[in-house]
Formats: sequence, C-alpha cells, structure tokens
Amino acid sequence: MTRRLLILLLCLLPALPAWAALDPAVVKQLAAEDSDAKIAAIQQLGAGGDRAAVTVLKALANDELFVAGGTVFLLDGETALDAATGTAIAPAPETYDAITINNRIRAELSNAIATLRLLNPDRAVRLAAAQELQSNTGIDMAPVLAKALARETDPQIKHLLKLAHAQANLGSADADARLAAVQALADDATPNTRNLLLPLLDPATEADARVRTAAKSSLKLIESRLAVGETLGQIFTGLSLGSILLLAALGLAITYGVMGVINMAHGELLMVGAYAAYAVQGLFQRYLPGYIDWYVLAAIPVAFAAAGLVGIALERSVIRWLYGRPLETLLATWGLSLILIQAARVLFGAQNVEVANPSWMSGGIELMAGLVLPWNRIVIIGFTLFVLALVWLLMQKTRLGMFVRAVTQNRQMAGCVGVPTARIDTLAFGLGAGIAGLGGVALSQIANVGPDMGQGYIVDSFMVVVLGGVGQLAGAVWAALGLGVVTKFLEGWAGAVIAKIVVLAIVIVFIQKRPQGLFALKGRFVEN
Amino acid sequence: MRTPFTLHLLKFMPRTGWIALAVFAAIALAIMPALHLFVPHDSPFYVSNYAITLGGKLMCYAIVAVAMDLIWGYAGILSLGHGLFFALGGYAFGMYLMREIGTDGSYHATLPDFMVFLDWKALPWYWFGTDSLIWSLLLVLAVPALVAYVFGYFAFRSRIKGVYFSIITQALTFAAMLLFFRNETGFGGNNGFTDFKRILGFDITSPEMRAALFALSALVLMLTLVLGRYLVSSKFGRVLTAIRDAESRVMFIGYNPLHYKLFVWTLSAMLCAVAGALYVPQVGIINPSEMSPANSIEIAIWVAVGGRGTLIGPVIGAAIVNLSKSFFTVAFPDYWLFFLGALFVGVTLWLPEGVVGLWQRVMNKRAA
Repeated sequence: MTRRLLILLLCLLPALPAWAALDPAVVKQLAAEDSDAKIAAIQQLGAGGDRAAVTVLKALANDELFVAGGTVFLLDGETALDAATGTAIAPAPETYDAITINNRIRAELSNAIATLRLLNPDRAVRLAAAQELQSNTGIDMAPVLAKALARETDPQIKHLLKLAHAQANLGSADADARLAAVQALADDATPNTRNLLLPLLDPATEADARVRTAAKSSLKLIESRLAVGETLGQIFTGLSLGSILLLAALGLAITYGVMGVINMAHGELLMVGAYAAYAVQGLFQRYLPGYIDWYVLAAIPVAFAAAGLVGIALERSVIRWLYGRPLETLLATWGLSLILIQAARVLFGAQNVEVANPSWMSGGIELMAGLVLPWNRIVIIGFTLFVLALVWLLMQKTRLGMFVRAVTQNRQMAGCVGVPTARIDTLAFGLGAGIAGLGGVALSQIANVGPDMGQGYIVDSFMVVVLGGVGQLAGAVWAALGLGVVTKFLEGWAGAVIAKIVVLAIVIVFIQKRPQGLFALKGRFVEN
Repeated sequence: MRTPFTLHLLKFMPRTGWIALAVFAAIALAIMPALHLFVPHDSPFYVSNYAITLGGKLMCYAIVAVAMDLIWGYAGILSLGHGLFFALGGYAFGMYLMREIGTDGSYHATLPDFMVFLDWKALPWYWFGTDSLIWSLLLVLAVPALVAYVFGYFAFRSRIKGVYFSIITQALTFAAMLLFFRNETGFGGNNGFTDFKRILGFDITSPEMRAALFALSALVLMLTLVLGRYLVSSKFGRVLTAIRDAESRVMFIGYNPLHYKLFVWTLSAMLCAVAGALYVPQVGIINPSEMSPANSIEIAIWVAVGGRGTLIGPVIGAAIVNLSKSFFTVAFPDYWLFFLGALFVGVTLWLPEGVVGLWQRVMNKRAA
C-alpha cells in the first residue's frame, strides 16, 4: 500500500513546481510603477539563481503576471498562485491589474531568464539556453556566462558557453579580455562569428593592435574552415541532385537503349510515382494514422506498380505501333505527356499537393559547423544506391536482363535466336516506367508535387543518357553524378540560370567530340 | 514550240498552283482589308478587329509551319526549337516598337518602362540603332540567322541527327527562355515587351495599320510558299530529299550534306523570325514563354496534321490546330490539352501523311 502511494507521489512530483520561496520584497518590486525599479528587481531575481524565479519572470514576459492589493500573483487555470511563495491564494482576488512592461524591460527579462536557465539542473534546458545565447550576446551577459561556465561540466554546453562568453567579451573595455575572446572565437567557424570579427580589423572600431592581429588570424582560420564546409556542402547537394537525375535517367536509359525512342512522357511517369506517394499518404492518414511515418515505404511498391502499369499501357497502345519511326514516337509520346498532365489536373487539381516528409526524414546531421546534411537527401542518395543495385542485378543476373541487353545490342539477331522481342519491349518499357515511378517517390520528398513537375526532367535525363552512352548503366551513373555536382558548383558560382545554360552548352560541345557518349558499346554499326 | 523565258521560270509550279495563289492574293490583299476598312460596322460583311487580327496571326503561324516543313518534311530534321527563332524575330522587332513608344510610357522617360523600373540609366549596347526601322529589320533577319548558322554548323558538322538533334534544339530554346526570363538580360524579364504605340509614327491599333499588317503577313506567306516551291522543285530540293531518305548514300555519291542542311536550316530560322516580327505588332506582346519547349513542339504538330513534305499541308495544319485552339480554350478550356494530346497521338498513328495525304488517298481511290 505504502509503496503504491509512494509511486503515485513520485509520479505527481514533476507536476508540482519546485518552489523555493522568493524574497517577497523583490517580487513586490516587480509591480513598481518605475521601470528602473522593475529592472532592478528582475536583475536581482535573475542573479539569485532560483528556479521559481524562471516561472515568475516568464509569466511577466508573457503579460501573465498580475497584482491585486500589493500581492503579486500568476494564474494557473482558475487558481491564483502567489508569486513569492507559490501557494494558492484563496479566495482569488476579483479585481486585479496586469503588470505592464516595455521593450527595455523585455530585453532585461530575456537576459534574466536565460541566466536562470543556464543554471538549471536539467541538461536539455541548459543546452537550449546556451544555443539561444549564440547570437546577440552583449557585455552585460559576460559575468553571468562566466559564472555558468565555471559550473558547467557538460562538454557540449561548455563549448557553447565559451563561445557566448567570448562573444560577450568582445564588447569589453579591457583589451586583454577582447584578445582572449578573439582567440577563443577562432574555434567557431560560422558565418555569424565571421561577421562579428570582421569589424575588428578596422582601427576605427578596434584600437588595440594586438587584438586586430589576433582577429586577422582568427578570421583566416574561420574562412578556410568555412570554405571547406561550403565545398563539402556543394559536393553533397550535387550528389543529391545527381541521384535524382540518375533515378529519372535510369528508366529512360533502359527504354531508350532498348527501343531507340525518346519517351517524352517519361517525366510524367515521375509525376505518376509522386502522385502515387501522395495517394498512399492520404490512405495512411485516413486508415492508419498511427503508422503515418512509414507511408513512404508503402508508397515505393505502389508507385513502381502504378507507373509501370501506365508505362505498359502506353507501350501497348501507342509506342508499339511506331517502331522504326523515332521522330514520330517523340511527337506521340509528347502528346501522351500532355494527356497525362491534364488527367492529373482533372483528378488532383491544378495546384501542387502537399506530400510531407515523415518525421524520421526531417532534420539532418550537423557534420561540422555550417555543414548540415538533411536526412531526406541522405535517404534519397541511399535509396538511389538501392535502386541502382536492384537494376544492376536485374540486368546482369536474370534472364530478362540478358534478353533486354541482347535486344539493345542487336534486335534482329536477338529475335533470330529466339528472344521474344515484342514481349521484351513491353517488359522493358514497364520496368523503365516503374523506375521512373520510384524516382517520383524520391522527388516527392524534396520537391513540389504538381501536374507539371515532370516537364523539367526530360531534357536533363536525356542529357544524362546521351552523356553516359546508350545502354550503359555505369555511364548513366557517372554522367548523372557528374552533371549534378557540376551544376551545383556552377550555381554557387554564377546563379541557377547561368549554370543551367552553361551545362547545356557543355553537353552540346561534348556531343561534338564524343557522339557515342562516355561509355560506348563496343561494336560496329552502320546507319541507314 | 519555245516558251518565253519568263514563262519557263514559272514552270516550277503547276498552273493550278499559280491560279490558287492569285485567288488567295485577291482575297488577302484586297477584299479582306477593304471589308475591314470601308464596310460599316453593322454590316454582315464587316470584318471585325478580332477576325482580322486572328487572320493575321494564323498567317504568321502558317509561315512558321512552312519553314518547319522545309527542314522536317524535306530534309528530315525535326527541330523542337523553332519557337526560339520566332521569338528572336519578335524580340528584335519588339525593340523597335519599344523605342517608338518614346516618352508616352507610364514613366514618360526616353528609356523603356522596364528599364526605368530596374533603375537603368542608359540603353544596353545591343539596343543600339533599334530606333531605326531599317536596322531593326536587319536585326530580325541577322540575329536568328547567326544563331541558327552557328548552332547548325556545330550540330551538323558532327552529324548529330534524329532524336539527338531534336532534344538538343529543345534544350537550346529552353536555355534561351531561362536567359530571357532574367531581368538582367535586358529584354523586360518575364513581362517581355508590350504596350506598343506606333510603327513609323502611325497608330498601331488603327484599322488601317491592322489591315496593312494583315496584308503584309499574307504577302510574306505567299512569298514563302513560292520560295519553298522553287527550292523543293530545284536540284537543291532533290538533294535535300535524298539526304532525308538516305544520308550515308548521298555522302558516298560525293555530296557534303553539311552545306545543304545548313542552308535550309538557316533559311528556315530566318523565315520563322520574319513571322515573329509580323506577329508581335498584331498581338501586341512578346514574352519569353514564346520560347517554351511546348510552343516549339506544337509547331511540329501543325506540320504533321497538315501533311509533311507538301507545302500547302503546313498552312492547312496551322489553321486547323490554331482554330481548334481558339475554339477549345473558350468553349472547353479543360479539354484543350486532351484534344491536343490526342491530336499528337492520332496523327502519328493513323495520319502519317496528314490531311493532305488523306485527301490524296481519297482522290486516288475515286480515280481508280
């Protein structure tokens, strides 16, 4: 019995505010008419390091602290709690005034609250407070930060506090303190710190020559680290763009390789995949809201099947009748793409639909200062590798893959030795379309999902196929990743539009030199 | 019997062709403008502003379609970037129209409105001389020709053809569209040029100017058709057709396809540019969306619907597709893309020779 009671008590314990009584005189001073008196009280409460003070000050900051007949209190639902003691006042006062604050007081309050939170025994609270202090820290915070720094044992928080302390000390009147601060800030390679240090190079703002030299060397260190971070970041976004291109181009590489036709509706097969993901998300929201985080996994086979079936239907109904007439196929598939786009508009509306990232895909890993790798992009790169491995296995290790390769190399010869070329065409087209559907799922996680989303990818993925060489998986991989990285680097250099134009120009020039692509099939061909 | 030299020259087109052309000339150069200008507005014979502008637009489209047919129908090169040349011609003439606005723009400045808006102090260098009609017309012809020549030289030299060429031309027009969308490019960004006031001092919206532009479009269309006819019936045209059907064999015989292709490609681009220059004053606006890949690929379907490898086919095709577009986008806006898509599929599947081919087949059956 007693044990059960104890457990009950323990459960209740966190709900009770741990209220060590505050100095009633100071609390009362919070309600003073004079702003200076209020500020003095706030500073006193903040310096006291009392946990109850946080609650009171927060209430004040939110305009939820009241005064009635000389008693300062806050409202917890219906009951009024005395700010000094934390005990309920019974009966609750009927008329009361809110304590008003101005912007000066507000600034003072946030400092005091931050101070109190820095001394909080809970690690998470301290961490959050230290992170907030990374910007806009003035010299008035320096003593508080020094005190917190002395007490802190956690290495992560300690590091943050050190930086905040150095930042605060930049405004110090003492040149030695400034010098130490500038040297300490070299550890923190962020654009923010760079902006803090930049003005110190100017003799007009920084009188001491030692500090100026130190600032210069600190800046140099920071700049070089930032540059490394930026380059790595560009390579990463380039790889991520490349993996999207690869997903879009893999399917096209198969269909173009086998049939020699450009499927202009390929981008719309991406769109079908993305809308399949949207539909699966809707089903999960309605029927399985508890598993909503896993809808993406369920969307993968659905999108593959949906896009694959659409692809097979297109092949059977239209493309099959146009073999040997590539230009006409180009036009017919363009017509199909228009029909698919309009169908999506009629079914789902012309507006973009919202496909949400599952919670496990949001956020990212901070690899180093200024370089955050978002989870959704990491997952997509991994997913691309998975699809690539699957396609490779399919093409190299299965009978179907062997047939597809045979038809790619020499259709007539393959037919002569008994490969059912017509059926292989259909299956290969379905496979290519299905892979495009998978690309659509990936795309739905990082880009807008709308009827027109596929239009922009057809030229890009064709470029990948052309660069890589027809019928070559390895070529497609290198071409996609290369194009992705080059595009991102050029974007950083000259902006998105110029980057796009330059990449197109590069591809056109490249085709001049190697019309057969990076990795051409070995063999002898004659045209006409 | 010896025929006089002039008559001999006219032999490249059958007599029925010349008669049809004369009839068309009478209608487009005399009757339509007269009905627009001199008939009272309440008369059933009055040709309205809308009708005459639509007619002028259709004829510009027809010129583009014939130009497209010269390279696709006769030389077998499918360009998905012809909208670029059309738009370049339009922009070149649009620069003149912008300069003609003078100080009547919203800011009453000598610079075009969009430049004032961007806080530019002077015209960029490539706007030099655009206040002169002659120079602008020269630009209309020279700029697209230069772009087409340079691009074509590199493409044809390395024997890029088929779908490769098509996609690269599409990429070309797409890149140009992105470039023209930028404000810094100096062509009005995504709003392009609009609010034109006059040509050579005459009000651009007056009935006389509309009739004149209509007649001019008709004249250019007729000249294009005659020129096209002359080209394809000459030895040059034979070589082009031969390249279309078997390029390697043509090379083995000793011809260099590069020059033939390059000539017809550049000519086609220039014709498109002239059409663009006529089109812009009639519709009153030019913006980068004219360069969108979808616009260019639509030109191909005009030709395919009418009939490739004939000269009258593209004219008919352009008229059919654009009239249905005018009809659908008003009556059933949701179904236009379905119709257009079905047209692409249906024509390639069942009407590879277009409407003209169908007509010939029907006539042949009757004759048999």
